[in-house]
Amino acid sequence: MAIVFERPHALKEKELHYCPGCTHGIIHRLVAEVIDELDIEGITIGVSPVGCAYNNYEYFNCDMVQAAHGRAPAVATGIKRVHPDNYVFTYQGDGDLAAIGTAEIVHAAARGEKITTIFVNNAIYGMTSGQMAPTTLVGQVTTTSPYGRKPEIHGFPINVCEMLSTLEGAVYVERTSVHDVKNIKKTKAAIKKAFQVQNAKKGFSIVEVLSTCPTNWGINPVDSLKWLEENMIPHYPLGVFKGKDLEV
Amino acid sequence: MAEKLLMKGNEVIAEAALRAGCRHYFGYPITPQTEIAHYMAKVMPKVNGTFLQAESEVAAINMVYGAAAAGARVMTSSSSPGVSLKQEGISYIAGAELPAVLVNIVRCGPGLGGIQAAQCDYFQACKGGGHGDYKNIVLAPSSVQELYELTVEAFNLADKYRMLVIILGDGMLGQMMEAVEFKDKEEIYQDDKKWACTGTKMQRESNDITSIYIQPEVLEGLNNKLQAKYRQIEQNEVLVETYNCEDADIIVTAYGTVARIIKNVIKMADKEGIKVGLIRPITLYPFPTAAFEKYAETPKAFLSVELSAGQMVEDVRLAINGKCPVHFYGRTGGVIPSQLEVLNEIKKILNK
Repeated sequence: MAIVFERPHALKEKELHYCPGCTHGIIHRLVAEVIDELDIEGITIGVSPVGCAYNNYEYFNCDMVQAAHGRAPAVATGIKRVHPDNYVFTYQGDGDLAAIGTAEIVHAAARGEKITTIFVNNAIYGMTSGQMAPTTLVGQVTTTSPYGRKPEIHGFPINVCEMLSTLEGAVYVERTSVHDVKNIKKTKAAIKKAFQVQNAKKGFSIVEVLSTCPTNWGINPVDSLKWLEENMIPHYPLGVFKGKDLEV
Repeated sequence: MAEKLLMKGNEVIAEAALRAGCRHYFGYPITPQTEIAHYMAKVMPKVNGTFLQAESEVAAINMVYGAAAAGARVMTSSSSPGVSLKQEGISYIAGAELPAVLVNIVRCGPGLGGIQAAQCDYFQACKGGGHGDYKNIVLAPSSVQELYELTVEAFNLADKYRMLVIILGDGMLGQMMEAVEFKDKEEIYQDDKKWACTGTKMQRESNDITSIYIQPEVLEGLNNKLQAKYRQIEQNEVLVETYNCEDADIIVTAYGTVARIIKNVIKMADKEGIKVGLIRPITLYPFPTAAFEKYAETPKAFLSVELSAGQMVEDVRLAINGKCPVHFYGRTGGVIPSQLEVLNEIKKILNK
């Protein structure tokens, strides 16, 4: 019988630890499928973040370096400068990338560092139990904004793609979502393009993936997908912010 | 033939790193060590290496972490407030067991302090600095020649033990010009770095470099392994200079540039019939405890002279273990004690 669907080779045979309904698993798989399709597993080095995906080095089959909170782009810079012909990617959440690691991501992008960042935005801190993130929506309730995020107290959410796309060194910037099959496919295409941009040595590439956190949002997995679509996408519009016509 | 040149301390550090095979440097400007970065910026492109001015010290040390994880000989340099910012990365480097070299050309603090020479970062360098139970090898050169030799040694020790090695100098040493004799070829410690993240090339299992271990017993295992490594270093890697200690009336202990002042004090004291010995730790960690134990009962007293409010003196007291009185004399804020000042202190202690 012909095999029509199997685990990507770039993903180890290990059970994921994520909460039910969390979309990290989907995003991991997409990254692994892209690595398989581009046949680059042997020359790829990933950088693991802090937060829920801290141990994704246990899942990806390529060489992986675990980084301190927010520092993945700096760690990836060090790796890439040593191995300029390898693919280097970071996988980071919104607390990691848009709060403690803002300087690192901005400057890696500004330098046009030839790395790819997979930025998973679920509008909340997951691992530390649901605190407000820089990406938390106005009005959204979290453990540290129990009365809802108020701009006059907490400030406004950061739109990372819009911000980074103003930088010359960032050559491919796209925001996608994984709330339905159509968008999952678009996310995979975006991740693939981001890796190809890296290979073409054109500059920094990032794919922001809107993701769910049923546990900390306090919504069941199915309603979480709906919540993402109805609440996150209006504030975080999907699409290519930079590099739409980039030839790779 | 060996080459002898007149060079500035900071530039010698950079040149020594290059000769030791370092091809990756990440840093952020801060006085009084910036000539290291200037030198690297000029030379690295010519040897197909990397000089990168990071956006912060925090980023720089994490770039070092990445490059070390990728298997490179890598260095960063900074001065006291900058090294404080690097402490996060330093702890991670210890936890992930990565080889790298950090140069701290110490200035006076606390806070922004000033840019003059000081030794007020001894605790930070030798006792941890960042979070967690860890050590770094700390080398304290006292001449430009030693800056060269110990910088090369730092890279070898880093690779040998897969850990961070700190070169602890001060502004005086970094800015000083002296003759330095380079070797034709350095002896480089060879490590195949099979653990490094270089891409599997589909020929081996993937390598993971991490410092996070959620299971308590597993993390305790890492800590036990690190502590065993430190005990090994304490056995094998101690460097110390002892001078004039046999039959000394008093043994002065000092490291780095301060030890040079003491050597002149010894000559002055000799003319007055006072016999002063010197124990100069070259490795601050591992601390040369045995040298102190050896002479613990010889003199009437020990005197630790430091550009701090008293930091190394604690290790001296531990090493002497009550067998002899230990005194301290220090100046802070960038003030350098004069030879006469130290001699008067010695006389005071000896009641002469």
